[in-house]
Amino acid sequence: MTAARRALPALVLAGLFALQFVLGDYDHTNMARILVLACFAVGYNIAFGMTGLLSLGHAMFFAAGLYGAGFSAELGGVAPPAALAAGTACGLVLALAVGLVALRTSGVAFMIVTLMFAQACFLTILHFNELTRGDEGFVIAETARRFALAGVVLDAADPTVRYNAALALFALAYGAYLALARSRVGRVLVGIRENEDRVRMLGYDPYRYRLFALTLSGALAGLAGAAYALLFAYVGATFATTQYSIYPLLWVLLGGAGTALGPLVGTGVMFVLVDRLSGITSSYLMLVGLALILLVVLFPKGILGTVGQRRARNRS
Amino acid sequence: MIKVTSGLGAGLTRRGALRVGGALAGATALAGVPGYRAWGSDAPIRIGLQVHRTGIGAAYGRWYESTSSAAVAHINANGGIGGRPIEMIVEDDATDPKRGAEVVEKFASEHKVDVVFGTLFSHVVIGSAPRAGELKMPYFVVSEGYHVASGALNRYVFQPGITDVRQQVTSMAPWITGNLGKKIAMIFPDYAFGYDHRDFFSAAAGKLGGEITTLLAIPPTETSYTKFFPQIPAGTEVIYHVMVGPGVLTFVKELGEFFGAGGPKLFGFIDSLEAVDLASPGLEYLEGSHIWEAMPRFADGQPTESALAYREKVGVDANGASVADPKDIATFSHMFGCWETLHVIKAAVEASGYQGADDTAKLIEAVEAMTEFPESLDHPQGRKTFNGKLHQCFGQQFISQVEGGRLKVVHTTAIEDGLYEPEADYTTQAL
Amino acid sequence: MAFESHLLLALLEGTVGACVLALTALGLSLVFGVMRIVNVAHGEFFMLGAVIAWAAATLVGGPPALSFALALVTAPLAVAAIALGVDRLILRRVAYQPDATIVATIGLVYVFQQAVLMTFGPEARAVAAPFQWRVTFPGFGYSGVKLALAGAALVLIAGTWLMLTRTHIGLAMRATQIDRETAQAFGIPARRVYALVFALGAALAAVAGVLVVPVQQAHYLMGGDPLLLSFIVVIIGGLGSLRGTLVAAFVIGISDGVIAVFFSPTLAKIAATLLVAMVLVARPQGLFGRAPS
Repeated sequence: MTAARRALPALVLAGLFALQFVLGDYDHTNMARILVLACFAVGYNIAFGMTGLLSLGHAMFFAAGLYGAGFSAELGGVAPPAALAAGTACGLVLALAVGLVALRTSGVAFMIVTLMFAQACFLTILHFNELTRGDEGFVIAETARRFALAGVVLDAADPTVRYNAALALFALAYGAYLALARSRVGRVLVGIRENEDRVRMLGYDPYRYRLFALTLSGALAGLAGAAYALLFAYVGATFATTQYSIYPLLWVLLGGAGTALGPLVGTGVMFVLVDRLSGITSSYLMLVGLALILLVVLFPKGILGTVGQRRARNRS
Repeated sequence: MIKVTSGLGAGLTRRGALRVGGALAGATALAGVPGYRAWGSDAPIRIGLQVHRTGIGAAYGRWYESTSSAAVAHINANGGIGGRPIEMIVEDDATDPKRGAEVVEKFASEHKVDVVFGTLFSHVVIGSAPRAGELKMPYFVVSEGYHVASGALNRYVFQPGITDVRQQVTSMAPWITGNLGKKIAMIFPDYAFGYDHRDFFSAAAGKLGGEITTLLAIPPTETSYTKFFPQIPAGTEVIYHVMVGPGVLTFVKELGEFFGAGGPKLFGFIDSLEAVDLASPGLEYLEGSHIWEAMPRFADGQPTESALAYREKVGVDANGASVADPKDIATFSHMFGCWETLHVIKAAVEASGYQGADDTAKLIEAVEAMTEFPESLDHPQGRKTFNGKLHQCFGQQFISQVEGGRLKVVHTTAIEDGLYEPEADYTTQAL
Repeated sequence: MAFESHLLLALLEGTVGACVLALTALGLSLVFGVMRIVNVAHGEFFMLGAVIAWAAATLVGGPPALSFALALVTAPLAVAAIALGVDRLILRRVAYQPDATIVATIGLVYVFQQAVLMTFGPEARAVAAPFQWRVTFPGFGYSGVKLALAGAALVLIAGTWLMLTRTHIGLAMRATQIDRETAQAFGIPARRVYALVFALGAALAAVAGVLVVPVQQAHYLMGGDPLLLSFIVVIIGGLGSLRGTLVAAFVIGISDGVIAVFFSPTLAKIAATLLVAMVLVARPQGLFGRAPS
């Protein structure tokens, strides 16, 4: 590994930190959103990109974090950091529970089982509408989003707080991914993706490693959901719909599955595409669709995957 | 309000600097337009329309957009707002609460609009409202939901153009229990919109000696309904139905098919049939049943001068269809809310002497000071009262009967029929 | 309503739903089985079929039975032609790689939905049934049109089945499914088989879309549910097993109806959803799939 490559994560994070002083109001908020959603995508990438688990139900982990944090803050009167932890724990526990059952299957069966569990979660949110208000959801009061940290009062509604909180969470997810990718466990996970039988032959139990990957993935999705609720003050069942399970898959594939920065790139590109095109035409979703098709035809490994491939080819 | 201190401290200055920069850029741009003086009083009032162009609300969104354009054209042709023309900027929220919040941000930070208005679906309203409050952006929704009046939102959110569902159903309960029957089964979507019907109609009917025989909440993923109808117990006199989304027509059709003419009486909400031709195949089963309307689809249902003039201005014929295409049915019971809301905005801007973003507090207080909107071309649906503490208006409702593929108004409620104890007071919140 | 009547109604509703579902899922199963790709736009082919049926009824006019018959012929052909274009311009270029196909077909979902939204509009539109017929059962009346449509779906399924098992084209498809390389060695043009399979799969979805229009309505977002359900049915049935797909469609369609007898609607949906998940956990290879050795 070259020195430049080793320094890359620090450079990326420093660049993201510096970005807040350059961006206009609107893009500033957008970037905070992208960072939180990228945290979701990094979580997804651990399951999908690294371990090869194609889940179609990650919206349930995001929603677990969203509701876990939302209920703790709004009904339980818990301070935002604790609510964030509660949301993350909800994502983690749900992912562990789902994993214990769903990981008995693999491949397409795994896709369906996760899809079905997520659908059941969505319907459960509607069923307990006395508490959740169903699709409409609820607002987290401003007072519940304010807290003191080391004597300084922080408000999640403040743009600077929001941006840096989002950045800190992304840094955490990104760091976790990098650490995992370089660890022995990470290499086993990649091994499971590439050739499960060989890993089994080497004496590892793929089931337990997969369970670990899915649980970590769910915890990061929960963290992102909890942060989204607290930073943007809204909790609703829309975030538990199938669409929000497809999104992280799309972001990761677009950015480059199994790359550390792919999730951020994919989330950002998709966000900007939708946002900018919607200003130009009302059929922006058609242009998004066409863009996806073109990207896939021209960059089949995702943006960063293709860049990496070209660079590797040039080097050899 | 607690003084916000961020650990970095850079936020406020940066934002302040940007605001000045943005205003300067805007002023330079406007100076190039003939007829607009940069800082003068005739620069346009910028109004953002948050609309459902795509997603599940698109059928409503199309009419919300055309009604709003008609209202803007009408106001501009009559001198604008205090001499300033309206410039309407439209953004699609895809009927999604996440995108809705982003659109409010885009309006505030990028388009620098003076107010945002026009949101219909309640989950988009609730998802967007917190950001409107944080950005101190006046946000006028046209949604019917009981979210504004419940006190769940914030001081910047208003619903002055359309009555909320709680008042609607409360005001109709006496007629339903008095004329159709007291044993009532309710079928509604497993959506917050349905819960408002469930909670407030049950309560109102209960007070009048009515009995709810069953509550059927249908999940949004369902595409066929017949299998649930047997859960409605024998002896039920009235089926109260309300549905939204692409399955509505199937629902109404299956309902009619299952119960036929001999079953319980049907009372439905026009929401199921907005933008739908009553002559559509399958709807013949609705013949003779009753339907709520907020504003009668057929011109003879409300032949007042202002209602007829409004109908003409928004390009709708006497049968509730587009003048350009008689098969293109309007969402007539909802879209008037956009027209009336724009006129409330106009009245508030003029009353407050609002000039720009610095006067937002004055604008909010001017809306809160309003108490009544008399019937006029500004308020063609009828007279309304407005509760400044609740940020919600209240108006009359219509009950119509399906007769030969048309809707005939048989009862008009009074505003007082549906008034309830207010549960909120937004004026106590800081601006 | 008596319990027996209620159960009979639920069974009828379930069976009708199952027939249309089986037809839709058959197309997905073929594509999935032979080409090993997940076509996320399958539901949109279904939607296009429904929209074409509406267009035939509105633009052509005449008696409903005539325009319905016209739609039954034109919709699958038109959609098959679109599918051929998709195969040629997109799928072949990404070499039918599973991940890339998923993203590309998600892109197609947006393209088709928006194209329909811009031309057909956002409203739900009904089409008159080809005929009116109400069947009386003890305790309730039932739509005869629904029964006829279910019958039509069964006929189409049988026809497809015969084509697959009794014709040379069908043989080529099955041979490609079992072993692509060997099939190619025996002179079967795999590329053309893929194009044909993709077009046939799309046509089956489109014809199912035409069939539901008299009982549901055409709407630009109607493709989501059939996609999900077909997808589930294909996996539950067992990857690549057409027989499994058909059996699973009936198991799921009918259990969905029967569960509705015992629970409130949302709980029924939760129960049905979890049931699917648990069946797969117990039998990951599906009902008729072969367990990996």
